[in-house]
Formats: sequence, structure tokens, C-alpha cells
Amino acid sequence: MEYALFLGCTVPARARNYELSTRRVAEALGIRLVDLDGSVCCGFPIKSVHYESFLLTAARNLILAEEKGLDICALCSACTSVLTEVNKELGENEELRKKVLRKLGIRKKFRFSNSIRVKHFARILYEDVGIDKIKSKIQKDLEPLKISAHYGCHYLKPSDIYDNFDNAEHPKSLDELIETTGAVPVDYENKNLCCGAGTLAMDENISFSMANKKLRSIKDAGADAISLICPFCSVMYDNNQPTIESKFSEEYNLPVLYYPQLLGLALGMNKKELGFNMNRVKVAPLLEKLKQ
Amino acid sequence: MGEGTIVVKELDSGFKYRVTEEPGGEHLMRCYACGTCTASCPVRSIDESFNPRKIIRMAILGMKDEVLKSDFVWLCSTCYICQERCPQDVVITELMNALKNIAVKEGIIHPGYVAQATEIGKFGRLYEIDDFANKKREKMGLPQLKSEGKDIQTIYKSTGVDNYIAKPEEEE
Repeated sequence: MEYALFLGCTVPARARNYELSTRRVAEALGIRLVDLDGSVCCGFPIKSVHYESFLLTAARNLILAEEKGLDICALCSACTSVLTEVNKELGENEELRKKVLRKLGIRKKFRFSNSIRVKHFARILYEDVGIDKIKSKIQKDLEPLKISAHYGCHYLKPSDIYDNFDNAEHPKSLDELIETTGAVPVDYENKNLCCGAGTLAMDENISFSMANKKLRSIKDAGADAISLICPFCSVMYDNNQPTIESKFSEEYNLPVLYYPQLLGLALGMNKKELGFNMNRVKVAPLLEKLKQ
Repeated sequence: MGEGTIVVKELDSGFKYRVTEEPGGEHLMRCYACGTCTASCPVRSIDESFNPRKIIRMAILGMKDEVLKSDFVWLCSTCYICQERCPQDVVITELMNALKNIAVKEGIIHPGYVAQATEIGKFGRLYEIDDFANKKREKMGLPQLKSEGKDIQTIYKSTGVDNYIAKPEEEE
């Protein structure tokens, strides 16, 4: 099992704990991740500004993976969504494909979705590795932990680009992955609510209010921690949790773990291998609970 | 005339066609104003000025300036909930992108997006991975990365987007 690892912008700069834990977990499960040298931003932030520039930027990244003959493994849900969208669009629309390649000054033929696929790491774990294989590798049961899944938006939406993977209104794949570690998935109100990161650069108040709503719901549901799979969502719930607490006079102390960090614990990895020192909200109380 | 009155002669009846020609805006005219989008919108639940149904209606009526020069057009969080639930397949999230794209071509761009597009043009990514960042990566056993904006600059030049990004900075 081999994929081209697409890091994007936020993961290598601000979510090295996510990157590290992903690489460790992939290794333990026999997934080979090949670094995609020369890759740039997926193009997502440019989409709101100029569609054609967005299209060319995304295409340029897809071409790098197709040259290696590898499917893409992305860690950020926004990267996953736009790369999937453009891969599909350029695979299906020959005229547009030719135009894009011409604009990029590329003479060689590329086939996009007719040649490669784009998948989020969590989807690779769920579909390609599979729950049974992951279960067989579990060394430590995380049963004492109660964990709420946050799916975020772009992991499953827009649903028409994801070929019926999971269900955008009633998702279950991340809950099942959490259950695989032995931890108990905890449902909560506002489960499908967006983290708010999309408006952070435009209007902080809106973003923080959205994130606050979800943190409140998860706390009320009695979860010990949140598990998620997108660096943007983590910026909202983990990095900005202290700001949100003071802004809304709340106290949450809700650790936020990337799913590979949670799975890594169950695979017997230590806190250094999983980069827990980079989590803003202290993870120590969770680790204590596991010792009891 | 009272505040909020729509003056027909001030409307741009051709605006809707401009929107339907923009990638993502093709299905604008399908909207029958049911309001599923507005009822589902997480931004609207916090800030009433962002109202997808109203924005779509304004675009169809030809309230070009009111739409393009508004702050609200930039507030979509791109969560796709409205798009998923729209019974008319208006493809609303992409429509919001189309409106933003048109605003940019008219020289109106939110400074948040200027900043993001500029960083990507400089470093190839939103955040520069400099020597300091690479040292931190090395310490954790992560591979070194380069930050190069060369290819993005080429794309910006070929599409002419660099003109749009530079504009608001000159005006400030």
C-alpha cells in the first residue's frame, strides 16, 4: 500500500503533531507514504479569488502525483476536497483538461481521475486498511476514554465528489475508527456543525462563536476529548480554545487529538512519537486516565 | 422612498447572466427561494447579515453593487451544508465563490484573501517553512521542506490574477 503524501500548508507548519503521528501510524500499519516533492498549496484559498488560478494550482499538484503513478493521501480535509474535485473535473472534461495543461505549459498527457485517486488519510484507514486489520494491531485498549468525533465539512462534502463514501448528514466512519481503539464514541448536539475556520481571516467573531457552540455541546455530552482529522478544525478547537474560553467566559479543558494521535496510543506509541507536546490543550489528564 | 426600497431603474438586469457565466454560478436561476440554505447556514445563525437566500435573490434582481460591495459576500465558511440540502441544486457554496470571483474582477477583494494569496505567491504555501521551521521539523524527525513561490507566480502571471491581488494594496 503506497501513496503520495500531500502535506499542504497548515500541516507542515502548524500541525507537525498531526504529520508525525500520521507517519508513525502509517508505518505501523504497513502504509508507505512517499513525500510529494515540489508540491505547493492545494489551491483552496485561491478558489474564492480567481477560479482559473485555483484550477491551475490544484492541477499542478495532481500532476506531480500522477508522474509518480501514486494515489494521493491528504491530511487536510480542504486539500482533500479541492484536489478530489479538480481531479474529477479534469478527468471527465477533456476540453478543460487540454486547456489547463496548455496553460501550465505541459505537453505530456495526463489523465487525472482516470489514472489516480485522492483520499484523506482517515478514509484510507477506513477503506483501504480496514477496521479488522487495524483491530488486529491494537496493543492498548483505550476503553476508559470517551471521545467525540468531529468530522468537519470538507471530509465528506460536497458529497457528489466522494462517490458515496460515508453519509454527510449521518456520518459514522470516524466514530467507527474511534471505537476500533477501544475508546467510547460520544454523540453530541451540533455534530455536523462547521468549525468556523473558513471565516477566521474575514470575521473572527463569527468563527469563534461557531467553535464555541460545538465545544459547549461536546462538554455537555460528557466527552473527555475531541478527535478530528483536519488541521483547520484543530486550529479552532485546540489552538484557539483558550481565546474562546476567555471570550465567552467558559472553561472547557477539552483536549483535541488528531485521530492518528489517538490511534497511535492504541498502537502502543509513546507521547513523543505522537507529538503531544504540540497540542495546546494539555493531553496529560487523558494519559493519566488511561493509566488508572 | 424608504430605506431598503428597491429602485428598479437602478438594477442591473444583466448581472444574473454575468453570474451564470462564472464557474460555479451556472445554476443561479434555479432558486425558488425556499430558504433551506438560510435555515441551515451556521454563519447566518450567528450573523444575520449573511443570508444566502437573500444574496441569491439580490443577484437575480440585479442588485449588483449591493451584492459585490457588501461585507457579507466574504462571510461564507464554505461548509457546504446549504449546497447539500438545496432541493434545486443551485450549488450554493460554488455560487458564493462565483460572486467573490466577480467582485475580485471588479477590484473588490477582502484584505484577508489578499494576504493569503500573496503569501502563497511568495512561499508556495500559506506559511513559510524557513530555516527555523525546518530545524523544528528536523528535531521531530520530519523531512526538510522547501518554500518556493516560483510556480505559483508563473500561474498568477499567466491568469492575470496578480493584477487583482495588487489593486487593493495600492488603494490603501
